Amino acid sequence: MPTPTKHRILELLDYVKDPEIPAINVLELGVVRGVEVEESGKAIVTITPTYTGCPAMDVMAADIKKELLEAGVPAVEVRLSLSPAWTTDWITDEGKRKLKQYGIAPPEKTADIRALKGEQPVVACPQCGSTNTVLLSLFGSTACKALWKCQDCLEPFDQFKCL
Amino acid sequence: MSNALFTYTLRLADDLLILSQRLGEWCGHGPVLEEDIALTNRALDHLGEARNLLTYAGQVEGKGPASAKATAGPRSEDDLAYLRLERQFTNVKLVEQPNGDYAHTIVRSFLFDAYHLPLMQALTKSSDAQLAAIAGKSVKEATYHLRHSSEWLIRFGDGTEESHQRAQAALDNLWTYTGELFESDAVLEEMTKAGIAPDIAAIREAWSKTMDQVLSEATLKRPADAFMMTGGRKGLHSEHMGFILAEMQHVTRAFPGVEW
Repeated sequence: MPTPTKHRILELLDYVKDPEIPAINVLELGVVRGVEVEESGKAIVTITPTYTGCPAMDVMAADIKKELLEAGVPAVEVRLSLSPAWTTDWITDEGKRKLKQYGIAPPEKTADIRALKGEQPVVACPQCGSTNTVLLSLFGSTACKALWKCQDCLEPFDQFKCL
Repeated sequence: MSNALFTYTLRLADDLLILSQRLGEWCGHGPVLEEDIALTNRALDHLGEARNLLTYAGQVEGKGPASAKATAGPRSEDDLAYLRLERQFTNVKLVEQPNGDYAHTIVRSFLFDAYHLPLMQALTKSSDAQLAAIAGKSVKEATYHLRHSSEWLIRFGDGTEESHQRAQAALDNLWTYTGELFESDAVLEEMTKAGIAPDIAAIREAWSKTMDQVLSEATLKRPADAFMMTGGRKGLHSEHMGFILAEMQHVTRAFPGVEW
């Protein structure tokens, strides 16, 4: 295979899903912070953790390596970078749409005045769209999610916490 | 300088590592499903931060003078977590205290969270770029942690007669361990002077404000500052520490070099 282009690497990353939320890929999640291709054809992908203790990060790094190597990229290095810290604002609009479709309420923008004042955000139920919802627990099924309940359709649902 | 930075980073890491281990004991035993999940989530957050700090401590130590090094190569996060002895752990005694009833678990976390959040906020301005980056990541999670423990403490204190009494008892029992959080010594002074560590007096002030706010809302009485426990930073721990390490380290000790 000729030296892969950066464009090609990004195309391939499109196939690498978040292992805990397989509805969206690593680009939509906003964890890929940089892609470089060296002259030798070696690809260097820099990712940033969503949550400090997120166990999915190791899996994501392994998945990225596997995807690229299988597609014929001669060498792959995945680097971890802590700063600037990941924020839910980096989840793309397409990513947010897919989260909602998957049944997870997407995070609100951190620039939301309510978030700035530390107040409870208004979260719409991903099933019926009602905003008549209550927070059940600040911690949900994974490190990045909180547990909510819709008062109208009575369904419990996960919300992607705003960071 | 690098010795003090190593010690300081290790202290930050050990507090989180041991608290994480304690919270992890609740896994599968939480009073309700949501809280079981919440505590293990928190344990995971603390562990993630501890891993970053231990990795960094190992790197700092590796750059130090060869004579000061305990081993040939730089120590990894695993070496530091699994292969140190009790006397080499520098966490405060607060985080090693047993889980007790749920009031004790919540109060222990509340006392720590109210210290950890302002500390992380201040550390984002540290002159040490890596500590600032780790703090920048942690500060967001620490905000959730303090909210979680505060809300439960208010619920307990302002709840039934029994929940109030248990929360007050936990607070009275654990208060004696809070002095250690704000102790200063030569290491901390050197770090503060270098702009790496924040001024601990300012952290104490922020902590104290949170205590007054939350405790008054919880209708709990703030205990008087009397005798304060000490020694953790020097490696002198309570009788519980050995049992925590025995559980945490036994696989690595039994099968040296094992990977999983």
